[in-house]
Amino acid sequence: MSTFQLEIQLVAAVVAAACALPGTFLILKRMAMMSDAISHAILPGIVIGFFLTGNLSSPLLILGGAAAGLLTVVLVEWIRKTDRVREDAAIGLVFSSLFAVGVILIARFASDVHLDTDAVLLGELAFVPFDRLEIAGYDLGPQALYATGGVGLLCMGFILLFYKELKLATFDGALCATLGFLPGVLHYALMGLVSMTAVAAFDAVGSILVVALMVGPPVSAYLVTNRFGHMILYSVALGITASILGYWVAHLFDASIAGCMAVMVGLQFAILFCVAPEQGLLAAWKRRRRQKWQFAIKMLVIHLLQHEATPEAEQECRIDHLQGHMAWEESFAQGVVTRAASQNLLHTVGEYLELTHTGRELAREAIVHS
Amino acid sequence: MEQFFDDYTLRTVTLGTAILGAVSGALGTFAVLRRQSLLGDAVSHAALPGIGLAFILTSSKASLVLMVGAGLAGWLATAVVLLVTTSTRVKYDSALGLVLSVFFGAGLVLLTFIQKYPNANQAGLDSFLFGQAASLVVGDVITMTVLGGIVLVALLLFWKEFKLLAFDPEFAHSLVLPVRWLDIGLTTLLVVAIVIGLQTVGVVLMSAMIIAPAAAARQWTDNLGVMALISMVTGALCGVGGALLSTSTSNLPTGPTIVVCAGGFVVVSMLIAPHRGIIWQQVRQTVQNRKLKSEAVLLDLFELARKHDDLGYPHMETALRVIHPKRGTLYRQLRRLEGRGLVKMYDSGAWALTPDGILVCKQLLDERIR
Repeated sequence: MSTFQLEIQLVAAVVAAACALPGTFLILKRMAMMSDAISHAILPGIVIGFFLTGNLSSPLLILGGAAAGLLTVVLVEWIRKTDRVREDAAIGLVFSSLFAVGVILIARFASDVHLDTDAVLLGELAFVPFDRLEIAGYDLGPQALYATGGVGLLCMGFILLFYKELKLATFDGALCATLGFLPGVLHYALMGLVSMTAVAAFDAVGSILVVALMVGPPVSAYLVTNRFGHMILYSVALGITASILGYWVAHLFDASIAGCMAVMVGLQFAILFCVAPEQGLLAAWKRRRRQKWQFAIKMLVIHLLQHEATPEAEQECRIDHLQGHMAWEESFAQGVVTRAASQNLLHTVGEYLELTHTGRELAREAIVHS
Repeated sequence: MEQFFDDYTLRTVTLGTAILGAVSGALGTFAVLRRQSLLGDAVSHAALPGIGLAFILTSSKASLVLMVGAGLAGWLATAVVLLVTTSTRVKYDSALGLVLSVFFGAGLVLLTFIQKYPNANQAGLDSFLFGQAASLVVGDVITMTVLGGIVLVALLLFWKEFKLLAFDPEFAHSLVLPVRWLDIGLTTLLVVAIVIGLQTVGVVLMSAMIIAPAAAARQWTDNLGVMALISMVTGALCGVGGALLSTSTSNLPTGPTIVVCAGGFVVVSMLIAPHRGIIWQQVRQTVQNRKLKSEAVLLDLFELARKHDDLGYPHMETALRVIHPKRGTLYRQLRRLEGRGLVKMYDSGAWALTPDGILVCKQLLDERIR
């Protein structure tokens, strides 16, 4: 592995971690699409920053982009408050209009500069190591590493410092406000972080991968844990794994790095979607199956209890009668009886079913509770 | 105008953008009302791998082939969103963000493969990403017209059902309408409408074409049919306006210009539309405030006069000023009430209620008690 490759992966991992931190909050606050909106809407901010400085790598561009991101948040909030347009429509309107303004600005005034809409949307991680930070002749590594690393540290610091306030604001905004913690201020601070992360990262990975890394890993983590702290940690870990895996897959097939990373994010989610312990499809399928049998067993013991020691018991408590009476298939009826017997709820005397003491208890309990 | 009929490209582009605006305006009406505004954004991003795959499989750049690919991918994306949101606790917005970015990433990967094709000229595919209205040819416009026509006819045929689905799905269900199939059908129509526009305005800005005309139309009416009509006309006007503006000015890309026009329509509609317009609301509020203030002065005078036998008993302004510390406002209110013949001023400078004024006061108090 060359230093070149190492640096790309390092930047990718830092970007992934920096995106996962604010992303967790976006997911929990049901604002995932704000990441999409902000990562597109920063375009005019960057363009105007570029016009002011004439330099594509100036830190002012980050500020301009972050300002445009915040403007998106403010505009969406303002439109929502007028009650004329719903929030989802407001998000779509604001970011696409801002993006359009950015594209027009580039086309009108900066068509001869290297500032393409392609570059904003798609990014190019492979070029990251060429843009180096040099101070007094010393090569300190790729510039993107410092930009994204700085923003990542800022996010981490903010979350560590305001952990419990953020937690409160995320899960119970009203309580947060009554306790005097200013959820509005926290909200804007968080959105500011999202904007800054998006700006710092878009140059390296493109705005679509910013969305993938902000939304994907936290959603995957959301499937496997119910704890806030764990969710943050898992999403950082998942994001880093996806980005490094994505890099090597891209390397293997000689494909777009950002694209492969996004696909890895999707793959992670797909796997967890199937096998997650409580939320996964597999778990849900197992749960449904178990419930189906449990319900059938309960029905059976109730049925037996009803007819126990009555004249028609001879007739009612036979396995082959269940098919008609409960509308069960023969194999299913057999399965229910076997399972009930193995749980020591009944025993079979020839064709005749007889409840045990536990079985009778279960049946009585089921009747009382239903 | 003469130039319009002579210029082949301009005519084609204008026709194309008009059709696209009308179709997306019609379907956008439903998307906005059903809170699916951002679905358009997800679908348009998710269409990319479909376009890539269609090209790889057929090596054809005919717009119909690519549109079919885009449509299938977009449709698959909505299906995934539905599956994820119904079978786990992942929220709608998170699912949208995830699907959008992962599908788009997969599309990027496919595009890098296509680039490596020996004789692949990527130009036709790129226009899908960022939109290139100028690249429209008559064949494209015919395809758009036919597809758009089919969409609009389907919308008309199932108008009643879709209307019910948009406003009261539970009621639709109770009428034994196939709600699920209607939902799928309407979403499919939306996907087709988006696919029609991708080539012209591109992935990012397509969502604006869905949302903006509908959001603008919503301000002018409370009737679904009227809203859809206004939305279609607005969409078409934006398309034509954007196309004409961008051809008459150098370096003004068509897609973004259309979107900025549409954004302008929304802002103007929010401000001046009758009933819902923000300006009228402000006017109504000012009038209301004024009425409340003068009523307050009138009632205070009544309250003071009640302390005496005569309800027309005059009081000096000073007595009223104790209740209304702002002298200017008070004087203005009294003069206004005098103009309405409800109070009169004696030579001594004291103010008293006229018989009319007493009547009004009694009515007001009656209303308040009720």
